[in-house]
Amino acid sequence: MSASLLETRGLAKRFGALEVARGIDFRLEAGARHALIGPNGAGKTTFVNLLTGVLAPSAGRVLLDGEDVTRLAQAKRVKRGIARTFQINQLFRGLSVLENVGLAVAERLGAGGDMVRPAGRRADVIAEASRLIELLHLGAHAGRRIDELPYGRQRLVEIAIALGLEPRLLLLDEPAAGIPSAESHIVLEAIAALPPGIAVLIIEHDMDLVFRFAERITVMVGGAIFAEGTRAEIAANRDVRAVYLGSALDG
Amino acid sequence: MDLASILLGGLAAGMVLFVVSVGLSVTMGLMGFVNLAHGGFAMLGGYAIVLAMRHWGLPFFPALALGFVAVALLAALLERTLYARLYRASELDQVLFTIGLIFVMIAGITLAVGPETQTVQLPAWLRGQTDLGLLKYRTYSLALIAFGTLLMAALWLGFERTRIGAQIRAAVDNRRMAESLGVDVGRLFTLTFALGSGLAAVGAGLGAEILGLDPQYPLRYLAYFLIVVAVGGLGRVSGVFFAALAIGVLDFVLKIHFPKGGTMFIYALTIAFLLARPQGLFGKRA
Amino acid sequence: MSTPSAALEYATRHRLRGWEALPWVAALGAFFLFPNYLAFGTQVLVMILFALSLDLVLGYAGIVTLGHAAFFGAGAYTVGMLAAHAGWSEPISGLAAAALVAGLAGWLSGWVLLRTHGLTLLMLTLCTMALLEQAANMFSSFTGGFDGMPGLAFKPILGLYEFDVLFFRSQYLYALAVLFLAFIALRVLVHSSFGRSLTGIRENLLRMHAVGAPVRARQVTAYALSAALAGIAGAVFVQATGYLNLAVLGLERAAGVLIILILGGYGRLYGAFVGALAYLLLEHTLSKAYPTAWQLGIGLTLVLVALYARNGILGLAEALWRRWSAR
Repeated sequence: MSASLLETRGLAKRFGALEVARGIDFRLEAGARHALIGPNGAGKTTFVNLLTGVLAPSAGRVLLDGEDVTRLAQAKRVKRGIARTFQINQLFRGLSVLENVGLAVAERLGAGGDMVRPAGRRADVIAEASRLIELLHLGAHAGRRIDELPYGRQRLVEIAIALGLEPRLLLLDEPAAGIPSAESHIVLEAIAALPPGIAVLIIEHDMDLVFRFAERITVMVGGAIFAEGTRAEIAANRDVRAVYLGSALDG
Repeated sequence: MDLASILLGGLAAGMVLFVVSVGLSVTMGLMGFVNLAHGGFAMLGGYAIVLAMRHWGLPFFPALALGFVAVALLAALLERTLYARLYRASELDQVLFTIGLIFVMIAGITLAVGPETQTVQLPAWLRGQTDLGLLKYRTYSLALIAFGTLLMAALWLGFERTRIGAQIRAAVDNRRMAESLGVDVGRLFTLTFALGSGLAAVGAGLGAEILGLDPQYPLRYLAYFLIVVAVGGLGRVSGVFFAALAIGVLDFVLKIHFPKGGTMFIYALTIAFLLARPQGLFGKRA
Repeated sequence: MSTPSAALEYATRHRLRGWEALPWVAALGAFFLFPNYLAFGTQVLVMILFALSLDLVLGYAGIVTLGHAAFFGAGAYTVGMLAAHAGWSEPISGLAAAALVAGLAGWLSGWVLLRTHGLTLLMLTLCTMALLEQAANMFSSFTGGFDGMPGLAFKPILGLYEFDVLFFRSQYLYALAVLFLAFIALRVLVHSSFGRSLTGIRENLLRMHAVGAPVRARQVTAYALSAALAGIAGAVFVQATGYLNLAVLGLERAAGVLIILILGGYGRLYGAFVGALAYLLLEHTLSKAYPTAWQLGIGLTLVLVALYARNGILGLAEALWRRWSAR
């Protein structure tokens, strides 16, 4: 059996006496559409931080395409094909949308170290950044500063940056969070339109989005995996309903 | 000078550094605010103490108490009105603000009092020498060592045994968690800022004979205060204690053997130490 | 603004604007209009270069340092020592040596210090500068120590233009030429992809890691380049004045250049010009007459700037311009 795209073995993290991740065994295949759900404080974002290298685990391993990346720094994992969005936007607030996406694309194309050519004249970078901006329907805002954009559009820029890294694995941390319902459809459409070759893991509380998007769902509670299965299996799982979904599905 | 004298002299200087710097360590650990003006509060207190003794005839210890209270009040006032506005500001803004504040303090004192070094009239029983059996040493320096040790013990007890101390320790370790547990971190900070600055004032007054007291005081010792705090580990009173003693002794020894530029070894050692151990002696690993 | 027009704006942003000729025209004009003040003018030019070097590391890369005079001093002592002890007083090669030494010092200390951040980094930059200062003090028989080394003489520039001790004519033009070349190089750098990545590092460090940028390598490179520039400024300073002492490595000089950059406005390159001119003019006139009041004024200004005008004179001008053109 060939290696999964992403695999964790016994991944654990503790802060002093506090265990925020306990022995997580997780697999993700190429092209997957996977959702990670669970109550607040379940450790979902911590898990993503462990996957991307923001946090170093106390125990366990992270394997990407069979390669052990557990000790690898964040930036190196990005080069290996992992990209993420953050729960709270991490953008370059004083720069324009085009510059934001351009920075990510430039790094991917290896242009970030060029000390001579003006950044705006790198046609390869600008063309690709423009393509992504159009893809996410941000064309009208390309030249505007991030802090002048409505929150929903900022969330899209966050996704555009991640796509600009041409990842094999995309981790979306609550992409719809904080978006007024009037704008949320934009994000939903963007996620639905993600390239099929990329494996996507999405953390979400919006069950509507989760059940429309995910083929497989993992439920996390108290830092450990509580349940895992297909969309249908999880929806039918009584324990999951009890612990988390509850009224969200009944209503 | 023999070894014992050198050691005692260095320890005395280190104690002064400790008393002045401990407040800075706690406030930095608590709020992460880069307060370069801490030495300025110390200096202001030192001057208050000297002037109270000279013009109002206050005896030494009441003057120290006055200095403590006066600077604590001033610090609390500045904290509420100005410092609090910059808690969310960038590190650069905090640095600029506190440097500006130092300049204002230095210029203010120069204009009000003058640029000369001030001397403190120690009470009679502190002057002269004490016979320790093994050797005779300056009473003043021995008293400093005793005071510093007592202060360390008092602070340690305060932090370990009182509720406020526990709150401060918790907030230093993890501010967000402490806040969610109901600790009023803002009020805590005003309190520690005031008390820490007051202590610094006492340190400047007590240590005037060793570190000197003139308008350039805050800038002259800026590096040392920062070194002591960083090497000790932010927010760790015991760390500041040992770091201050180490720096005090080292500085004393170096000034004797390498009067020109000897202190370069302190800077080199600090760099090496903090690279090997960025969290300081007792700080927590980031 | 739509994508094509945004792309066009980005692609032409680096183009020279008409008003950018102003500083150089003004500097040349000053040469002819104020022939008795060229010594002061040379100081201004040196400080502009020094402030520009700080802008690269602070304004663009976001590294807060209180010890940048370490590199100014490294460059200064390089040319000073070469002239005094090795008989090497050819100015342009001296500049190159200064840039090399200072740049190396910057690369080494950057590689070592930039593992830390916040207060620790700030304090370590102070320590590095103090370390160099005390080292120069310790070896004062070699370096001239606290009293310094007066009367350093340098060969004519390009073999043709002698350093003019009375009126500073050659020095001024020399400093201006060096500043011009350095500025062009810096301007190209900040508009390049590398320069933009520095802005990214300053704006959001976490995000830069998360887009795969080799953050530390970029920071160290910027730090080293900035150190080299500061070293060149220090070298010109010594060559122009013929005098060298410990003050080139002191906290006063480091604080002074920081104040200059902040006053003018950091992250804009031209802030260095505005800040240096304004600060040195004011210092020249006020500080001699009322030194304590001068310090008080600077202190109050810093406090106000930190609270209300963090982007300095150019920032204020920009804000006013925006408000005025929005009417």
